[in-house]
Amino acid sequence: MTAAAPRPGLLPAVLRSAPVLAFTSWKGAIAGSFLLLLILGALLAPWLTPYEYDVQNLPGAFQPPSLAHPMGTDEFGRDLLTRILYGARTSLSVSGVAIAISLFCGMVLGASAGYLGGRFDRAVMVVVDLTWAFPEILVALMLVAIIGPGTTGTLVAICVAYLAQFTRLTRAQVMSLKSETFVEAARGMGASGTAILFRHLLPNCLGPVLVAGMLATGDAIILEATLGFFGLGAQPPTPSWGGMMSSGSGLLFKGPWIILFPGLCIALTVVAINLFGDALLHKLDIRERVRSA
Amino acid sequence: MLLEVKDLSLSIGILRLLDRVSFAVDRGQVLGLVGESGSGKSLTALALTGLVRRIGGVVTGGVILFDGQDLAGLPEPALRRLRGKRIAFITQNPMSALDALKTIGDQVDQVARLHLGLSRRAARARTVEILTRLRIPDAAQVARAYPHQLSGGMKQRVVIAMALAADAELIIADEPTTALDVTVQAQIVMILADLVRQRQIGLILITHDMGVVAQICDLVCVLYAGRVAESGPVETLFAAPRHPYSAALIGCIPREGMAPGALKGIPGGVPSAAAYGDACCRFAERCPRADALCRRTRPPERIEGGMTVACHHPLPLLSAAPEVAR
Amino acid sequence: MTKAAEPSAGADPILALSGLTRRFQSGGGFLRPARSMTAVRDLDLTVARGDCVGVVGESGCGKSTLARLAMRLIEPSAGRILFEGADVTHIRGRRLRALRKKLQMVFQDPYASLDPRYTVRDCLEEPFRALGEKVPAGRVEQLLDQVGLPRAFAGNYPHQMSGGQRQRVGIARALAYRPDLIVLDEPTASLDVSIQAQIIALLQDLQRQHGLTYLFISHDLGLVRYFCSRIVVMYLGSVVEVLEDPQAAPAHPYTAALMASSFTPDPTARATIAPMEGEIPSPFALPPGCPFAPRCPRALDRCRSAYPPTVPTARGRVACFNPIEA
Repeated sequence: MTAAAPRPGLLPAVLRSAPVLAFTSWKGAIAGSFLLLLILGALLAPWLTPYEYDVQNLPGAFQPPSLAHPMGTDEFGRDLLTRILYGARTSLSVSGVAIAISLFCGMVLGASAGYLGGRFDRAVMVVVDLTWAFPEILVALMLVAIIGPGTTGTLVAICVAYLAQFTRLTRAQVMSLKSETFVEAARGMGASGTAILFRHLLPNCLGPVLVAGMLATGDAIILEATLGFFGLGAQPPTPSWGGMMSSGSGLLFKGPWIILFPGLCIALTVVAINLFGDALLHKLDIRERVRSA
Repeated sequence: MLLEVKDLSLSIGILRLLDRVSFAVDRGQVLGLVGESGSGKSLTALALTGLVRRIGGVVTGGVILFDGQDLAGLPEPALRRLRGKRIAFITQNPMSALDALKTIGDQVDQVARLHLGLSRRAARARTVEILTRLRIPDAAQVARAYPHQLSGGMKQRVVIAMALAADAELIIADEPTTALDVTVQAQIVMILADLVRQRQIGLILITHDMGVVAQICDLVCVLYAGRVAESGPVETLFAAPRHPYSAALIGCIPREGMAPGALKGIPGGVPSAAAYGDACCRFAERCPRADALCRRTRPPERIEGGMTVACHHPLPLLSAAPEVAR
Repeated sequence: MTKAAEPSAGADPILALSGLTRRFQSGGGFLRPARSMTAVRDLDLTVARGDCVGVVGESGCGKSTLARLAMRLIEPSAGRILFEGADVTHIRGRRLRALRKKLQMVFQDPYASLDPRYTVRDCLEEPFRALGEKVPAGRVEQLLDQVGLPRAFAGNYPHQMSGGQRQRVGIARALAYRPDLIVLDEPTASLDVSIQAQIIALLQDLQRQHGLTYLFISHDLGLVRYFCSRIVVMYLGSVVEVLEDPQAAPAHPYTAALMASSFTPDPTARATIAPMEGEIPSPFALPPGCPFAPRCPRALDRCRSAYPPTVPTARGRVACFNPIEA
């Protein structure tokens, strides 16, 4: 415990170090390392593999896993590991960016609805409840149908599909925090509404909302893969995990590894994200953080 | 003796939470267990009925003699038969003891039917009679009500009624009036005092309120950090507290005609269980009379003038003015 | 309704409330009209500079609403608030922010009133940052010294401190701008008696050193009689009695009942009078006439039909048709 404590702000030191602390538990360490490796692999893909993801080599099609091709090759003779690494770029970045945007918009909407209340709150909640009434996949399909298939469409679809969830969560958090005595105390000190929102309400609801965002990223990867599977996601030759599973589904007996490895990647990534989210939630609790620090 | 606790020690994990606690209460007596939060009062209550096992507590020494039977070694099924029938609990928050979905009558009836084997009709008649005796107006009507329809004081009376329904011989009340309004608190305290005298029940009253202790207790046991600081008859304790801690606790209550600035409090706070020292007086850090001896040696228990006091430098016998509260 | 003018207790009233009323709406919805209750009804009160006025009453008497009205945390339904002679009932913006520097509050629950993510330093700097001002160098350390906390505590989070320490932070925060008046809303209600006495002693020291004025809200008449120089007794939203001398005998039967309900820590002076029957009625369904009449041992027929006017007595003023004679 040092005397010079960090300033509280929208992003207090707690949050900056919580992901690091999440590694101190077994769950968090394993899941976190997997995710880190995956992200590194995606980033360094051009340097990690000697193959190109889009160059066809028809004579070398349908090779089972070997030393040269650890995950085998697909129906066009492309190295599967290379395509999975490049696919991770699409899957992770599309779902990650979409959730980040969705989270930001949801927090702004939810916090202002919860804090202001009244007509604005009711208007926001009507729209949010309407989207909430449909499954995410349905909302996403509808939006892709409007915008058209591709990376942008997927991104917007995921973004809107999860907006309702984040808005509701932030609103509920803000509304319960609003009646806390420390908020009343801040008003008694003359703090303005904006100051209370940014100094007390948002920092206190940031933890649960960020963890919800983390967990939603897992869901979003599945949603992105589903859209890809339907051929509505990233368009060929850009690899995406969903798209790869889709093309592998017709070749289940000829080359089972073509669908197995992308599927495995999706499953492991989602599990890892959920486990890491769990560990993060635990460490985001300020009491827990100070104890372990 | 209805209940006699001798040298009771209790641990949860590596923490030794109670250290050789002794006290006794007979039928028709009220024993006050007093001390600040963290002194081990509530834990003692849990230990008496074996409920402490559910939170991982282990009795590491001493005996709990209830009517001659040692409860410390009794297996859980036998204890369960005792709880609710011969030993009853009254908690601080009456709502936690009542089922929100059942009527008051059903809940009180249940106790009598379970432990006394009464019929539905006989149990209800008995319930109404008990509620009436607890000065609940229109008892038959109240028996049909649900907990949320009653005020806090009424609910606490219903909890007392449940204790009486099975003819409990010993009632352990953990801060039974803390959550209630002042005037209602006085009513409940008076009801408890009357019950003890009329029905010859033993009552262990856990409280931090020295005013309530002075009002209804016969015996007091002052706990500090898991040890008994002082115990004995209430008149003697209030007239001439021997342990500096008891004196300081009494001095914390504002009294008629107290000069401004006379209320000082006790400096510092109760140590956490992890910081308990063994070979020392645990109150030494906050005690105005403490010296090197107190920090080095556990004070022996001495019995003088009817009081048991564990202090190296007790206040003089029968000195009217408590020195620490000056 | 006739009213005795509130005597201007001292020459220099810092806070003057007149005809202050606050109504709350509750429930209401489809096919069900909203119910309304009056939490504070037509309340007159002046607080002289340097005084310590105690407001005492049981739950639902409106004392916390009164604190929040005086703090301008909630808006009154009717009435006026004068602070240092200026009408502040409806001021907003810059003038309200200027008022905040002179008027501060300490809350009941010291855990809930501190942001769990704030260190002690953050808490003590917040009053300055809330008004967009620079934190004077060394002010945090100075405040910690004033409330008797070690300077090293500046980096602590609330959950690392005991209740008493947290409340000291709450008091230090209220002192940040050197206010003239501090509203103390049950600052010791959730603390142990030993810690309560510490906090009260600290508040007395601070009042002497800084010439502070206190409006002290409490449910504990004994504590108010010790700590305050003037007592205001409230029951169900109305002031029933004002005692100019805290040691004076009460004129209102409710004040008398409150006094009888607080037990003195002296077993030889056990209360023998029967405690007051009944409980506080729901503020949503007030009986006509005097709200205390249904529980009052001295109630006349008139009390059940008309609200008693406030009349001056030798000891202050009282709202009762049949007051207890001195």
